[in-house]
Amino acid sequence: MHRQATPNALEDQQFPVSPSLDLPQGGGPLFGDPDPDAARAFFMEKSRAETDKRMGPKEAVERFITDGCYLAIGGFGSNRIPTTVIHEILRARRRDMAFLGHTATHDFQLLCAGHCLNRVDAAYIVGLEARGLSANARRVIQSGEVELCEWTNHALSVRLQAAAAGLSYGLLRSMLGTDTFRRSAGKVVRCPFTGKKFVALPALWPDVAVIHVHEADMFGNARIKGISVADLELSRAAKRLIITTERLVPNLEIRQDPTRTSIPYYLVDAVVHAPFGSYPGNMPYEYFSDEEHLRDWLNAEKDPEEFARFLDKYIYQVADFNEYLQLCGGLDRLRELRDLECLAEG
Amino acid sequence: MSAPYNMMEMMICASARLLEDGRTVAVGTGAPCAAAMLAQKTHAPNLMIAFEAGGLAPRLSRMPISVGDSCTFYQADCAASMAEMMTTCARGMIDYAFLGGAQIDQYGNLNSTSVGDYNKPKVRFPGSGGANDFASLCWRTMIMTVHNRSRFVEKVEFLTSPGYLGGPGEREEAGLPPNTGPYKIITDLAILGFDPLSKAIRVESLHPGVSLETVRENTSFELSAVSDLGETAPPLPGELEVLRREVDPEGLIIGRA
Repeated sequence: MHRQATPNALEDQQFPVSPSLDLPQGGGPLFGDPDPDAARAFFMEKSRAETDKRMGPKEAVERFITDGCYLAIGGFGSNRIPTTVIHEILRARRRDMAFLGHTATHDFQLLCAGHCLNRVDAAYIVGLEARGLSANARRVIQSGEVELCEWTNHALSVRLQAAAAGLSYGLLRSMLGTDTFRRSAGKVVRCPFTGKKFVALPALWPDVAVIHVHEADMFGNARIKGISVADLELSRAAKRLIITTERLVPNLEIRQDPTRTSIPYYLVDAVVHAPFGSYPGNMPYEYFSDEEHLRDWLNAEKDPEEFARFLDKYIYQVADFNEYLQLCGGLDRLRELRDLECLAEG
Repeated sequence: MSAPYNMMEMMICASARLLEDGRTVAVGTGAPCAAAMLAQKTHAPNLMIAFEAGGLAPRLSRMPISVGDSCTFYQADCAASMAEMMTTCARGMIDYAFLGGAQIDQYGNLNSTSVGDYNKPKVRFPGSGGANDFASLCWRTMIMTVHNRSRFVEKVEFLTSPGYLGGPGEREEAGLPPNTGPYKIITDLAILGFDPLSKAIRVESLHPGVSLETVRENTSFELSAVSDLGETAPPLPGELEVLRREVDPEGLIIGRA
């Protein structure tokens, strides 16, 4: 009665094993290779050394961020973002990069300002949430110079999770039946246990990710406070990882409380000491976003010529991030933003 | 006699009343967040508010500017991750979600992606963000929007987030979880719901001073109404006081109308 299934018995099965061709497939472009063995071949070679990885943002960009690479930025658009490194990407005039657009707001605005991108996996782009839409990012996208593939925020975190787990795809129960799916590179699959439909999402291994954290040691052991957004998955999926950190702490401090390590050192390629490094974005428990300055960005973008002058003043004619902070009001302004964050009363 | 109020206050109060105590709600920034805060400070003190970037059950001290800024997990029960929040929706533990969009059709499908040719759009909007996930996975989706013909369209130019897709049974056929879908639409003219059989939008109550004709004139598709069409209760003085003093003292949302 209960015949044991052998591999041979399964060959003349009553269930088809080939993927059902009648199930919908997204027609969007797939940026990157979802093969986990290609990723394993890369990670086999990646250094495991617990060495001093400190460097400046400029060196980190020169060494790890190349024209044409697939870039991902941690945090949430205008919250806990690695602004120091993004500015250096613009000054280094990087081009033709692919980008992970999961609630990309000020980070996306910057990369569009530098015309750094030609492919974007888009879940949320061109907007800055309640602040409004970026006129320049819209010009860039509406011009057609960037190839898009549509996803949802959850879809992109599932793609990173699949990569982090060494799988070629992950599953999702949203996107079904919509144009968001039709313009994605997902495929509808049927569950072998229940027959229910899900969207299979290709694993995503970004070439390089940049994540801003609260504390890290010189080896890259890093601590994130507050929400982690998708950064735990992203740090494991990215082939190269640049950490920018508000504070450097001794390795012994990490070892005294290892529960708090969000990202272990062997994932990390560079550690950039970047106090106030998320400015003008919010850094939880440290400083709030500079809404006035972000409004200046949105206003300046309305007129392309004015925006070019604005970019020269704040990015291209500026030597480093410290000079940018000075231009934006320096320590006085940062102290106000710190008060706004830390003295908020419920 | 009720105090004078504006249409944004009307929309926020009407939306807040739909949120039951002890339930869970996914919100974004702006008016939906104001509605959830108002509900929490009035009839629904045990309403759990969830933000897509991972802030769960915060004590909202002020209106967030971003669904990932530090207000969204201020004195929260849990500061987690996007995966934590989204899988909570997928497990069936988020009751309500609030969405908006540039266009909405008769089945409650939403466009927040683009208008015109997709590859070279006339206007590009942000895209799904988490909206498609919420519209797919939360039990009852609510939509807050201004009511005019360019919003309420025959056909959305890009179907970003699912309503009832092409009609009855289509959500289930596509693979979306059963018994989910759009629940109410709160506009500056009326509260709308969905016909249980046809799954098409219908008018359920008119805001004070608004006629059914006005609602129809501002809608590009044919619009039915329930037979016992009533009037939306205007904001109560107590609701307005909490809304103006505690929820949005700077008038960031209610000052706009």
